[in-house]
Amino acid sequence: MTAGDVDLDKADDEVITAAHGAGTDRTRELLDRVVADRFGDPPSGGVGLAAMDDGAVVPDATGGRATVVTTDSHVATPMEFPGGDIGRLAACGTINDLAAMGATDPVALTSAVVIEAGTPVAVVDRVLESMAEACEAAGCTVRSGDTKVMGSGEVDGLVLTTTGVGRIERGSQLTTGGLSPGDRLLVTGPVGDHGIALLAAREGFDFETPLESDVRPVDGLVAAAREAGTVTAATDPTRGGLATAVNEMADAGGVGVRVDERAVPVDDATAGAAEVLGMDPLAVACEGRMVLAVDAADAAAVRDRLRAEPGGERTAVVGRAVADHPGDVVLDTGLGERYLTVPSGEQRPRIC
Amino acid sequence: MTASDTLEFRDPDRAGRLVDRLGSLVEETGPLRVMHVCGSHEEAIAEFGLRSVLPEGLTVAMGPGCPVCVTDLPEVDEAVALAEAGHTVATYGDMVRVPGSEKSLADASAAGADVRTVYSAGEAVELAEELDREVVFFATGFETTAAPTATVLREGPPSNFSVLSAHKYVPPAMDVVAAHPDTRIDGFLAAGHAATITGVDPLEEVVDRHGLPVVVGGFEPLDILLGLVRLVEDVRDGAAAVTNAYPRCVSEAGNPAAQAALWEVFERVPGEWRGIAEVPDATLRLREAYAEYDARRRFDVETPDGDGRATDCICGEIMAGRAGPEDCPLFGEECTPDSPVGACMVSDEGPCRITQEYGGRR
Amino acid sequence: MCLGVPGEVLELDGQEARVDFRGAEKWVRTDVVGDDLAVGDYVLNHAGFAIRKIPEEQVERTVELYEQAAAPVDAGETG
Repeated sequence: MTAGDVDLDKADDEVITAAHGAGTDRTRELLDRVVADRFGDPPSGGVGLAAMDDGAVVPDATGGRATVVTTDSHVATPMEFPGGDIGRLAACGTINDLAAMGATDPVALTSAVVIEAGTPVAVVDRVLESMAEACEAAGCTVRSGDTKVMGSGEVDGLVLTTTGVGRIERGSQLTTGGLSPGDRLLVTGPVGDHGIALLAAREGFDFETPLESDVRPVDGLVAAAREAGTVTAATDPTRGGLATAVNEMADAGGVGVRVDERAVPVDDATAGAAEVLGMDPLAVACEGRMVLAVDAADAAAVRDRLRAEPGGERTAVVGRAVADHPGDVVLDTGLGERYLTVPSGEQRPRIC
Repeated sequence: MTASDTLEFRDPDRAGRLVDRLGSLVEETGPLRVMHVCGSHEEAIAEFGLRSVLPEGLTVAMGPGCPVCVTDLPEVDEAVALAEAGHTVATYGDMVRVPGSEKSLADASAAGADVRTVYSAGEAVELAEELDREVVFFATGFETTAAPTATVLREGPPSNFSVLSAHKYVPPAMDVVAAHPDTRIDGFLAAGHAATITGVDPLEEVVDRHGLPVVVGGFEPLDILLGLVRLVEDVRDGAAAVTNAYPRCVSEAGNPAAQAALWEVFERVPGEWRGIAEVPDATLRLREAYAEYDARRRFDVETPDGDGRATDCICGEIMAGRAGPEDCPLFGEECTPDSPVGACMVSDEGPCRITQEYGGRR
Repeated sequence: MCLGVPGEVLELDGQEARVDFRGAEKWVRTDVVGDDLAVGDYVLNHAGFAIRKIPEEQVERTVELYEQAAAPVDAGETG
C-alpha cells in the first residue's frame, strides 16, 4: 500500500487526504459520491450541483427571472501575495464565478471567515479592505457574514468562504458546456500569472521582473462580450489554469477542443519564470481571466470589444471547439501536436 | 540564451524541414527503432508533440534515462529508515513521493519524519549548517547531478552532513540494454547534459561493443530533430560512431573540472538498476577517502525484508525500453500521478508521468 | 535529471554567479563550470551549479547545423 492508495469499497477505513482537495480525479470521485448523489438534482430550467458548474441557477417559480448563487472557500498560502491577498482573491473568485454563469451584475456577497488565533488584527483588516475594494469595483458589497476564531495551530491562518448572489433573465445563463463545434475559444488576457507568482513567492525564487497575481473582477468583460456577440459558454480558469478550463468545457459540452499554443497570451516575466521553474503557464491558476466560447461569426467582434475594455487588452482567440475527439483537448505546439490534459493536483517546480 | 535564441531553437519552419528530411531518410532505411536515455528528452518530445510529426517508420523509445525511476526499492527504504530514525533527510522533490517497499519519504513525513525538498546539493549543506541534527542528503541523479554532490563534499561540509548516494552512471546501462536479447534498437540518442560533463569517450565503448551509432543530442526541439536526423543517417550508412550534435554544450573531452570532482569523490561499483537488475560499474558510491560523509557507513540502516513491490508494476520493463507506459495494466488506473505505484509515475523524468501529463501518443 | 537551463552571467562573486534566466535571476555555483567566466557569458545551469560555459559563436553554429541537416549537400556527411 502506498500513500493515497485507497480502496473505495472500504468506506470505513477511508480518510480524506490532501489529494482529495487537489482538484483531480480523486476529488471528482469524492464529490460525485458524497455530494452530487445527495444533492445533485437540478432545479427545473436551472443548473444544479450535479453539473459541477461555476455556480447554480435557480429559476423563480413565477415571472421570468432566476437567481444565480455560488460559493467558494479560500485558503491561500501566503495570505498576502504580490498583486493581492486572500480577501481580494475570495471576492474576485466569487464575482467571477457569478459572471461565468452569466450573472454579471452581482447583487450581494457573504463572507464567513475562520481565523487562527494569533493572526494580527491588521492583517484581517487589510484582507477585508481588499475584499471591499474588489466588491466595489464590481458594484456590489458584502451583506452578511460570520466570524469564528480557532486556536493557534487548529487552522492555518485564515479560511475565507464567500457566497455570491446574482439575478438573471430566466434561461439566459451561461454554462461551461454550452459550446458547439465551430465555436471559437477566447481568453481575456495572459495566463498563468497568479499561479507562477504564488509558486515563486512560496519557493523563495527571486525574479528581476516582479511577478504579480492577475487577480481582478472580470464581470465587466463578460457583460461586454455578450453585448458584442453570442457567447455560448464561459468558465474562469482558476485552479488548474487554462488547461483545466478548456478540458471542462470539452467534457461538459461533449465536444473536442483544439488550442493553438502560439496564440495563447503569456506575459514575458511569467514565461521566463515558468521555464526556470519547469512549469507550464497553461496549467496554473489565473484569477483575473475568463475563457469564453463564442459563435464563430462573432469571434473577431467580441475579441476587439474586449481589447477596448480595461483588463481585456490582450484578449486573444486561442482555439475552437471541434466535433472530433469529444472530451479531449489537442494542443498545436507549432512543432507538433499533443494532448493538453488536466494537470494532476500537485504542481511542484522541477529542479533546474 | 536570450529569448530570441530560444526561438531559433524552436523555429517551426526549420522543424518542418528537419521532419521532412527525416521522412526521406526513413524511406531509405525502412522502419527503425532508436532509443534515448534521458527523461528530459522524453519530456521535450512529449511537450512539443514531436511524435505526432515524426515519420511513421521511426520509433523513438525511452530507455533507462530516469535516475529516480531506476533507483531500486532498497535505496528508497534506506532513506525512509533514516528519516524514521529521526534524522533530517533532504532530497530532490520528485524523490519524496517514490514508494519504497512499504512507504515513501512523503508517507514518513506525514507521520512526523523530517523530510525536506532541496533544489541543489548546496542547499542540503546549508540545511546542515542551520540545524543541530544529522542531515542526510539522499542524492539521486546521473553523472550530471553527481558532479554538484561531489563538489560540496570536496569543500568539507559540516560533520552533521552526510550523503546517501543513489547516483548512477549511464553508459554501462546503455551497454546492458543494447546487449539484452529482447532489445531491438538501431541506435542511441545520448543525453546531452550528461555528455557535457563526461565528454563523448564513454559513449565510444557502447559503439565499439555493439556496433550501434550514438548521437549526442541537446534538448530544444530542433536539437532533438537534428540528433535524430544524424542518427538515422548513420543507421542508413551503417556508420557505427559517436556524433556530437550538441557542440554548444558538449566538447569531446567534456568538462574536466567536473570530471575531476566527480571521480575524486565517487567510484563506480556494481549495483541494481530497477528493471535492469545488475548493471556493472554504473552505481556511484563514495570513495574511502570520503567515508566520513557516507551515510551508509555512519548509520546502521535497517530496511524491511523482502520485496513489497506490486507485481503488476512494470517500471523495470519500461526502464529497459521493452515496454511503454500504456502497456502497463496499472497505467492511469491504480497508478496515477496522485497515487503512484511505481517511480516511473512519480518522477519528473518518468515516462509514465510524462505520458500521463501529455496524454500519450498523438 | 538532465534539466539544464541556459542563462546570462550578470555578476561574479567568488565561486558563485548571479545568472539571468529570461528575467528570472538566481545565484548558482561556478566551482565546476570548467572555464573562466566573465559578465555577459552564457552558462548552462543544472541543480544550482553552472556546468558549462556556452560560447556565443556556438549559437550561430547550432543554427548552421540545423540548416545543414535539413538539406544536406551530399550523402555521407556527418555533424
